[in-house]
Amino acid sequence: MKAKHQRLVLVVIALLAIVGAGLLAAWGLRNQANYFYLPEQMASEPPAVGQAVRLGGMVQKGSVRTDADGVTVNFRVTGNTADAIPVRYSGILPDLFTEGSGVVAEGSLGPDGVFKATNLLAKHDENYVPKELEGMGTEQAAKMAADTTVGLK
Amino acid sequence: MIAEIGLAALWLAAALAVLQLVSGAFALKAVDGQVNPLAIYARPAAVTQALLAALAFAMLLWAFATTDLSIKLVATNSHSMKPLVYKLTGTWGNHEGSMLLWVGVLALSGGLLAGFERRLPERTMGATLAVQGFVALGFYAFLLLSSNPFERLPAPAAEGNGLNPLLQDIGLAIHPPTLYAGYVGLSVAFSLAMGALLTREVTPAFARVMRPWVLGAWVLLTLGITAGSYWAYYELGWGGWWFWDPVENASLMPWLAATALLHSVSVLAARDALRTWTIMLGVLAFSMSMLGTFLVRSGVLTSVHAFAVDPERGAFILALLGIYIGGAFAIFALRAGAVAEGKRFAAVSREGALVFNNVMLSGILAIVLLGTLYPLLTEAFDVRVSVGPPYFNPASAIFAIPMLLVMAVGPLLRWKSDNPGRLRMELVIIGALMVGVIVAVSIVGQYPLLPLLGLGLAPALAVAAVLPLKGRKLARVPVATWGMVVAHFGIAVALFGMACEGAFSRERLAAVAPGGTERIGDFAVTLESVTPVAGPNWTAIEARLAVREGGGAPVILTPQARSFWSPQQSTSESALLTRWNGQLYAVIGNQAEDGRWQLRIWWKPFVTFIWYGGILVALGGVLAIAGRVRVDVRRRLASTKGDRRRADVEALGRPAPVPAE
Repeated sequence: MKAKHQRLVLVVIALLAIVGAGLLAAWGLRNQANYFYLPEQMASEPPAVGQAVRLGGMVQKGSVRTDADGVTVNFRVTGNTADAIPVRYSGILPDLFTEGSGVVAEGSLGPDGVFKATNLLAKHDENYVPKELEGMGTEQAAKMAADTTVGLK
Repeated sequence: MIAEIGLAALWLAAALAVLQLVSGAFALKAVDGQVNPLAIYARPAAVTQALLAALAFAMLLWAFATTDLSIKLVATNSHSMKPLVYKLTGTWGNHEGSMLLWVGVLALSGGLLAGFERRLPERTMGATLAVQGFVALGFYAFLLLSSNPFERLPAPAAEGNGLNPLLQDIGLAIHPPTLYAGYVGLSVAFSLAMGALLTREVTPAFARVMRPWVLGAWVLLTLGITAGSYWAYYELGWGGWWFWDPVENASLMPWLAATALLHSVSVLAARDALRTWTIMLGVLAFSMSMLGTFLVRSGVLTSVHAFAVDPERGAFILALLGIYIGGAFAIFALRAGAVAEGKRFAAVSREGALVFNNVMLSGILAIVLLGTLYPLLTEAFDVRVSVGPPYFNPASAIFAIPMLLVMAVGPLLRWKSDNPGRLRMELVIIGALMVGVIVAVSIVGQYPLLPLLGLGLAPALAVAAVLPLKGRKLARVPVATWGMVVAHFGIAVALFGMACEGAFSRERLAAVAPGGTERIGDFAVTLESVTPVAGPNWTAIEARLAVREGGGAPVILTPQARSFWSPQQSTSESALLTRWNGQLYAVIGNQAEDGRWQLRIWWKPFVTFIWYGGILVALGGVLAIAGRVRVDVRRRLASTKGDRRRADVEALGRPAPVPAE
């Protein structure tokens, strides 16, 4: 095999591997990406049970209830409509998790229609807004920003 | 006055970058064997530029140390009540300061290259410095036109706004500067690659010049990533050590490219093969550095790292990125064909194994790159997606596992061509160890697939790492070979830590009343009390946990929930109990209505091995640099000695002896 041929073979192998990685990534991203849902979207076309998704919205006022074990929290998340999705979360709540403020829950929908969150992201300070919450519309976002910065400044 | 000196130094440095670019370009016009008279300014320009950039950074450091509130950057990011060390580290805890650090390191590495590197042909050196000047110029423009760190306020502020408390940590003192030095060290590899491509001087001698830069940058990246991972682990209070956060990926991608480059540059230096491949990796590695800077600094991402969202800056960095990466790949496409082919090798050979690993590393790089950019792409079409571990873990493992397997065997193979039968014994040992451990672990319990594979691979890799030393006199093994052994062993150690953490971690989450006890593993954790405490710029709720292992004496852990007042923010300070075989990780949460406190406790066996492994890998890199430098210094001494002897012989009037070669 001549040096030129060897170079050609190497280029072909490298290209095959990169294309393979690209295809694998495309397939993986389509299957595994955590899709973001607003409460009204989750109510109208719910994701498959057990599929990893994110749910973002506002914590409904008066809906937060802690179980007897002291670590499991139940609450409802609302969006732009009257739809409210019940969420259950076991763990330490983010510092700025309060009723009426924005939250993003990572987890999956259970068979009972309750969203089981494995992780909660709340607004941490005025510089951090979960990117997904931008989709809530300007009015709502402004309201959320006003709500969540109460007591900060 | 301080701000003005800094700003003037920056403008002067930018002007010198232009001089360096022009003068370096003239070197290309030189007639064979002669030096173009206009090319002599490139080296002094690079060295002076480095001094000026360092001066500008020192001025900003001084402004932060004295909390000069007439400077906008200090007023928005510092606070007179902060401890001094965090005032200093705050210098690069913001957009402008960190970009100044970036440019400073860029200029410094250019200056070092110009000041000390004498092995390259002058034409290649000129082209390299021209490229380095061109890169520096773009970032000076960015700094001076869109993010001036020395901007004054019309009237001095009464008090500063303070620094994000998550960043008020000693981890911040070391993590960004090491990472930046690594990112930017790759700029030298990039400039050298472009210089060699422009003059078609892609030779083993060139590879030997490039290698210490690649190794140095790679060591710093390794340390930076390791430190960043540990910082995220104890500071964010989530108990994880890698989140596939876009910003983490931004540092991982240059590391992957640099790892591939480091191996291919060694092939080029030792065997004169893989010429164009090395050049391409050199371009790719720095492109990934710049892409990382773009992702972190442009505000397209929202995280603790993205300091300010400013679309103008994002567009500026994107334009720079387009010019440099686009330009580099265009030159590569035009010139690569003109670089002569390197030496050939068989598929089963050291080169073959290294090529395989290079390709696998590039595969992982592609997976990480696509996973990181995909959410940004879909967002352009208004679809919000977040990509996390369910994608990254399996997709990167598909490439990582074959790569690790070949890594075990590669160093045992001979250069050029080898017979696999020669290694039957070694292959059997490695294979048996791996299969044996996997079978044994699966009998003991049910574990997820990836940690299980990791547990099997780790001991096999550890043994394979030291096999190249078999049958050699240890005292005579070159230092650089020790470097390889240590680095590969470090990979095995880190993999073991990751696999143990993934397979055997235990978590306990409970609401505990003061006096109550929770059990996790061999540990009994008693909540003794919860008290308020105060620090220099925060107040906190502190839990006193008495941890008893077996029936031994209690150890006190004090996790805190802190509230900073400037800026107002809460953080959770985890408390760690480190044992040789793992860490107990405790976090305190909120108080329930009935007065109980939420406690979250993990027992993470061998989790510390992840970072020990990272340190070993970096140490391996340091050994490799030391070994190469030692050989190089000896060679230089020997050649000057030889020259002197020949001159002596000539002076005596006798005919010079003919060299052996």
